[in-house]
Amino acid sequence: MKVLTGNDLKTGDVTWWTGTSWSRDVNDAADVGERGAEILAREEAARRVNVPYLIEAERTENGVRPAHIKDRVRAVGPTVRPDLTLNPQNPEALDWVI
Amino acid sequence: MYKYDNYDQQMVDARVEEFRDQARRRLEGKLTEDQFKPLRLMNGLYLQLHAYMLRVAIPYGTLNGEQMTALANIADKYDRGYGHFTTRQNLQYNWIKLEDAADILADLAKVEMHAIQTSGNCIRNISSDHFAGAAQDELVDPRPYAELLRQWSSFHPEFTYLPRKFKICVIASEKDRAAMRLHDIGIQIVQQDGEIGARFFVGGGMGRTPMIAPMIRDFVPLDQLITYAEACLRVYNRYGRRDNKYKARIKILVHELGKDEYTRQVEEEFAHMLDQGVEPPREELERLKPFFADPTFEDGAKTVDRSDPDFALWVDRNTHRHKNDAYVSAVISLKPVAGIPGDATGDQMRVMANLAQQYSFDELRIMHTQNVVLPHVKIADLHALWTQLDAADLGAPNMDTIEDMIACPGLDYCALANARSIPLAQRISEKFDASGKTEKLGELKLKISGCINACGHHHAGHIGILGVDKKGVENYQLSLGGSEAEDVSLAKITGPGFTEDGVIEAVETVTDVYLAQKQGEERFLDTYRRIGMAPFKEALYD
Amino acid sequence: MTENLGTSPDEVQFRFRDDETVDHGTVTVDACCDQTNATAVRIEPGDDARELLPFLDRLALVEVNFPSFADGRGYSAARILREAGYTGELRAVGDVLIDQLSHMRRCGFDAFAPDVRLDEKDAQRAFATWDNVYQATTDGRKTIQERRHGADQ
Ligand code: HEM
Ligand code: SF4
Repeated sequence: MKVLTGNDLKTGDVTWWTGTSWSRDVNDAADVGERGAEILAREEAARRVNVPYLIEAERTENGVRPAHIKDRVRAVGPTVRPDLTLNPQNPEALDWVI
Repeated sequence: MYKYDNYDQQMVDARVEEFRDQARRRLEGKLTEDQFKPLRLMNGLYLQLHAYMLRVAIPYGTLNGEQMTALANIADKYDRGYGHFTTRQNLQYNWIKLEDAADILADLAKVEMHAIQTSGNCIRNISSDHFAGAAQDELVDPRPYAELLRQWSSFHPEFTYLPRKFKICVIASEKDRAAMRLHDIGIQIVQQDGEIGARFFVGGGMGRTPMIAPMIRDFVPLDQLITYAEACLRVYNRYGRRDNKYKARIKILVHELGKDEYTRQVEEEFAHMLDQGVEPPREELERLKPFFADPTFEDGAKTVDRSDPDFALWVDRNTHRHKNDAYVSAVISLKPVAGIPGDATGDQMRVMANLAQQYSFDELRIMHTQNVVLPHVKIADLHALWTQLDAADLGAPNMDTIEDMIACPGLDYCALANARSIPLAQRISEKFDASGKTEKLGELKLKISGCINACGHHHAGHIGILGVDKKGVENYQLSLGGSEAEDVSLAKITGPGFTEDGVIEAVETVTDVYLAQKQGEERFLDTYRRIGMAPFKEALYD
Repeated sequence: MTENLGTSPDEVQFRFRDDETVDHGTVTVDACCDQTNATAVRIEPGDDARELLPFLDRLALVEVNFPSFADGRGYSAARILREAGYTGELRAVGDVLIDQLSHMRRCGFDAFAPDVRLDEKDAQRAFATWDNVYQATTDGRKTIQERRHGADQ
């Protein structure tokens, strides 16, 4: 699947396009098919996201998994600070990155 | 330490307001990201993997307790309770909001700090010797010259849109503790026929094409220092390459023109500029010097009680000879075993600030090795200092050992990274600490970068590790034989890269080769230089 | 060789001169050096401003083009001309944005013709950014260091 990600303009938070808005949870990411470029342009111009880009991802039974390790780190947080990840209770999240 | 006068304060305050206005225009949509990016970068604000990142300048690495406390408070109030000290003697916060950025800059300005020109294609924060003003071997304190350069380079009207970033370093001893020759301009303050002047090295740098700066002038009189720097920059601004970001640093210009031709052009520009009145009045340097005058040192014990072996080890490892023999400079390690190199929590910053006030005439320094120095500690106070450091997990006795490695933020934080650096650093320090080998290896500088940009100085490591991307999997190249010191050299790659586990093994292997081949007091680097790459390669790949 | 490269006076949004705005087409640096009657010239980023030094007396307008605001060569070109005594109009044209105005002014630009008209209020604020300055340029402002050591206004 193709998903869109970027950072929130004001807060810098990593966000994912859900089909109607932006979420901090990668599992909310929607497949944008061929409409990526169009949505990117519109959302960036409206300042609802900053520096957005299109990535490849895969829908697995555990949720959405970006193809590149960089985006998996973005989805979870720094692997060396499990306490600061989006889901500190779940130590397995870090294995998911690698 | 330097104190701002009204002018300096006004400049920094004006910059905060300018940035507040720029951020407002960005949030209102009057600036596009393309237009805003260079402006926010010029105020140290990056967009990184997880959020905005703010890089705060610590001019020539010197700060006082109040400033360190302000950094701690910012970490707690606007970030997530910590900061990262960098090889550029700066501090980075990783979780900043754009809407808070101007307020943070205002908080910094209250304690005479800023994030001006900590990024962008401009003259960056001036770096210097972390033992400046304390080291026994220095000619003079280099910081008045660094401050003169700081003012000249701040908001320079001609040099704000250079081809690429520009880093200047000033030292004043034969020993190089600041990687001087790996800067765009390295300045060594020297003495010739009784006169003090500046020796200019131009065109060094790391990144994807590391180069050691050649000397282009062995003596510039002090009342022409700024003019000479201005000439070096103008030639670069006019002729540095702008067609290719990777060839835009001054090292490429100097390399392509040749050192002699670059020098000729600088000398010509310099001759022209001498009549242009760009040099600040000579009295300015004289005004700056007293700010860096010695504190009032007292007599005291010249040795410590070594009955506690842990303390004795820390003293041996982490203190540096001071020009007054009742004092030392004490290094606070930000490399606890298995810790994150260079990270400090807000609480740790406050501990360091208090200790500086208590034991070091209210002064701290940031080292390019991502540690902190208390420059003037009475030998008689060392035990009390160490006890408090140890309690705050700041007492690791490992300066210049393999555990004192440099590691850039890598893929855990950095958008440009290929691979993670920090987990490697953690695992290596844990391994060598557990096996007790650290002590046997003595001085061994290990430096890790997460990509070819070389923020972690891997080219200058006795052992260097570079993260590369091998079809989406983290992979690491090993190199040997680099040095950033006065015996400067660039490391050479051993051969094919390794996995994360593999490179940790490989580090172990090359240290075993060293221990087997070592003669007398040789350091790892000395042995490598004597026996060459072959024995290491053989052990690694055969 | 009379292709009109220049910006027209209408496009000049800010001007800090009292003389009349020059309304001649500008020529390239090469053409200017070959042609003895050109009075207006346009400098592109790769041009060497010093080639114009023999002709400064006859020039009334020098435009310096910034195809991208991030290319800072025009700042050096401007200072070189002013340092050589050029007193005619020095006009910044092209991708000239709010946040470059104060630096351009310091380097000797006294007219601005941005591709996209700038917000008037933001621009005036930008011109006034620095009450004082650290570097000496030919704009005649006393530097902070000079003020500290006795130079008055
Ligand atoms: C996380 C955000 C960072 C980014 C995006 C970044 C980006 C870069 C880039 C692109 C270069 C290459 C410049 C070139 O060769 O032209 C570079 C070089 C460098 N950076 Fe970073 N960096 C970051 C963090 C750091 C940190 C944390 C440090 C200190 C630990 C650092 C210190 C350096 C040094 C020392 C160099 C090489 C010096 C040189 O070539 O002159 N950077 N950085
Ligand atoms: S070396 Fe690469 S990975 Fe490391 S901080 Fe610099 S840019 Fe990022």
